[in-house]
Amino acid sequence: MHFTINGTLYQVEVDNRVSLLDLLREHLALTGSKKGCDHGQCGACTILINGRRINSCLSLAVMHQDDDITTIEGLGSPEDLHPLQAAFVSHDGYQCGYCTPGQICSAVGMLDELKKGWPSHVSPSLRDVDLNDDEISERMSGNICRCSAYPNIVDAIRDVAAAQA
Amino acid sequence: MSDTNNLVMDLPVPSSLLDIGAQGLIGKPLSRSEGPLKVTGRATYSAEYAIPDLAYGYLVGAKFGRGKITRVDADAVRGLPGVIDVITDFATFIRNPQQGGESKAPAQGVKDVQYFGEIVAIVLAESYEAARDAGERLVVEYEEAEGRFDFEALKADSEKGTFNNIPGYFHQGDLDRAVADAHASVDVVYTTPSQNSAAMEPHASIAVWEEGTLTLYGSYQMPSSDKLQLAKALGVSAKKVRIIAVYIGGGFGSKLGVAPESVAAAVAAKQLGRPIKAVMTRPQVFETTVRRASTEQRVRFSVDAEARLTGVGHETKTSNLPGESFFEPAGVGTHFAYPGDNRVINHDIVRLNLLLAGSMRAPGEASGMMATEAALDELCHKIGLDPIEFWRRNEPKEAPEEKVPWSTRQLLRCMEEGAERFGWDVRNPEPAQVRDGEWLVGMGMAAAVRSNMLMKSAATVSIDPDGRATIATDMTDIGTGTYTILGQIAGELLGLPLDRISVNLGDTNSPPGAGSGGSWGAGSSGSSVYLACERLRERLAAAMGCVPDELTLKDGIATARNRQIALAELVGEGLEATGQIAPGDMETQRKQASYGAHFAEVGVNATTGEVRVRRMLGVFSAGRILNAKTARSQCLGGMTFGIGAALTEDLVHDPRNGKVVNHDLGEYHVPVNADVPQLEVHFLTERDQFANPLQAKGIGELGISGAGAAIGNAVFNATGIRVRDYPITLDKLLDQLPPI
Ligand code: FES
Ligand code: FES
Repeated sequence: MHFTINGTLYQVEVDNRVSLLDLLREHLALTGSKKGCDHGQCGACTILINGRRINSCLSLAVMHQDDDITTIEGLGSPEDLHPLQAAFVSHDGYQCGYCTPGQICSAVGMLDELKKGWPSHVSPSLRDVDLNDDEISERMSGNICRCSAYPNIVDAIRDVAAAQA
Repeated sequence: MSDTNNLVMDLPVPSSLLDIGAQGLIGKPLSRSEGPLKVTGRATYSAEYAIPDLAYGYLVGAKFGRGKITRVDADAVRGLPGVIDVITDFATFIRNPQQGGESKAPAQGVKDVQYFGEIVAIVLAESYEAARDAGERLVVEYEEAEGRFDFEALKADSEKGTFNNIPGYFHQGDLDRAVADAHASVDVVYTTPSQNSAAMEPHASIAVWEEGTLTLYGSYQMPSSDKLQLAKALGVSAKKVRIIAVYIGGGFGSKLGVAPESVAAAVAAKQLGRPIKAVMTRPQVFETTVRRASTEQRVRFSVDAEARLTGVGHETKTSNLPGESFFEPAGVGTHFAYPGDNRVINHDIVRLNLLLAGSMRAPGEASGMMATEAALDELCHKIGLDPIEFWRRNEPKEAPEEKVPWSTRQLLRCMEEGAERFGWDVRNPEPAQVRDGEWLVGMGMAAAVRSNMLMKSAATVSIDPDGRATIATDMTDIGTGTYTILGQIAGELLGLPLDRISVNLGDTNSPPGAGSGGSWGAGSSGSSVYLACERLRERLAAAMGCVPDELTLKDGIATARNRQIALAELVGEGLEATGQIAPGDMETQRKQASYGAHFAEVGVNATTGEVRVRRMLGVFSAGRILNAKTARSQCLGGMTFGIGAALTEDLVHDPRNGKVVNHDLGEYHVPVNADVPQLEVHFLTERDQFANPLQAKGIGELGISGAGAAIGNAVFNATGIRVRDYPITLDKLLDQLPPI
């Protein structure tokens, strides 16, 4: 099968039991996406498929023919950080760093959802969607950070969102 | 070693070189030096090393609570496609993980099953999927035996704790009499559940044997003692074991000692003659690593007519596996936090067949202060006294038991500063009086104390001919900021910016560091770097023809007596020195601890009983703060653990077989982003010359100590309901909520 990861076309043969996360980590040496639970419960494996965030541990690799996949490695490099990556560094939006690639990919997807006006549980109404701390916290709650950098994660995302707006 | 600068902390260090450094790095809120690697997914954690010819190992645990394995039907799965072998080594596999810092092998022998989930076999395959399939299918036959699983039913049958940082039993004066004679007293029982550290990175090891030497890429907090444990468990010399732990996805105590995956991977790799990767599944992390043990704590406080403490009782019942001496030292902070002449601080252990009880972030204070600081709030409510006023009357001048002076103690100042910042004065002490729409609103506060420890630690610092410095120690950074603060210390003392310093951690081929645990990391390993740099400064001064005091080092230039020479030039072929710190008399001549005060405002839903933390502030004093940014993050983390402990975290054991019922992150509830408001952290200025040459103290565990009690006290203030059985979930509030 074939798909694009971070702009590169891949052609691979996969065991149909391989999750998308394990494909990245174990077969393609893209270990930036993390496995925290393998159950869809922690968000460490969050990546972007055609621009939307998903838990890659909950998806089989064989379901992604022709998909456009973006992982943390594709967002930026240490020499050329994505604005969210830079903001996570300057706000200390992490400690051990294990949840961080998932947090950042999730934040990229989340900001796009906000831009499209998708409401959340804390939105005052279905149309009334605003960027504030409550919205960021709510929408980032699928990404657990046991080191508990949450306040800093919110600060980092708020900064980037404000700069984009 | 000839060029080792040794310091045993027998005397205070009143003037620290950190105060005369010219580089201006110390205390600054600098971003983590390894940050760009972490945010781009380039930091390599244990399971992520690309090792040629690697095979996958899938761990298989016992599906019963107590008994004996009679047969493992390996043949039935050996033939499955991709499966290489099933390895069982009943004698060598470890039964329990080891406690932190031990040099002995952990309990071994897994034919004997002592708890549900005990790892008994490892299935090897060419792919993870094949190993997992075979592992799930593997039939393990067993004979069940009678086990001890139910704390409630068995708690009367306990034994005395002997020693775990503190003696298991302590008494002074006559507490019963103090309580009988008291002007007022409380006598209450609090319970805390088992908890799991739930670090985001599951325990993982890759074992590689080369010519009789094992390299283990393992997610471990204390490589130098983990190496000894692993070598002993495998029956090889410690010289033949190397542990590499460069990035660790959180630990919080769960990765202090070696866990079953390390030995299983090492045994399998040896037998197969190929490198093996063994990663625990999330349920295995919950079932077979370490738990913070549940406790039942009886707390007694008695006061005289002036509200001065006359008696303190803190009696804890906790549990552990047979043969394990560790007990949850819930009274560790009680020994020095509270004055009072009549004291009883005891710990009893109920033997249970549940996974190992061990250290989790602030063992002792974390669960102990949830009880004592809540009981104190009860007392204050009873006598109608504001808790801060209570402390004003009770703040002890010296350690109440040892009668030695404090190294520093700014507990009261933390409270007063916090009260001011938080707006404590607007709190209505009468509970259930404040309403905000559907929310009952309340405020609570609690003290935070955490003993300060210094551990033996060594590091080598070298300056290359190009003027760059390199630090090497097997100390770890588990998210604590070690990479950054060690760089800052060396940069300050050698006059180098951070980008000219490499910090190499987590490799036991480097000098043995203290490891990450007990909040001793920065003070201990930081001091070793300080001492190495002190020696290098002497050598640089000699090269400049001056004494060290005349030397100014900044931006790679040495200045003395109106001469300026680039460091690169001065070091010639290069310089290297080792620093080593060890604890000494200061440990007993002064009582050393970090202090703080937590303030929380909660909303309790008047209809559903849901508790939300609306605001929370922690004010802390912990000696010199080496990096304002990473220190603040440590406190955020601790306070959030406090939120979890107060409101959501509860590791449930099935009383029939000990199985962890909620063995994943969907059912064991750690706080998520929406559970945590924009917490505030403030540090008081402090230097502790008795602690170490950095004059800094531990901070990683201070933030959790007392945090849960502040939230519980706020719930009481909001509702008038005192929940003494943590966590404070809505079912415990629902039937007592005030009428709407
Ligand atoms: S690893 Fe996918 S959600 Fe946890
Ligand atoms: S940074 Fe450690 S879990 Fe988020």
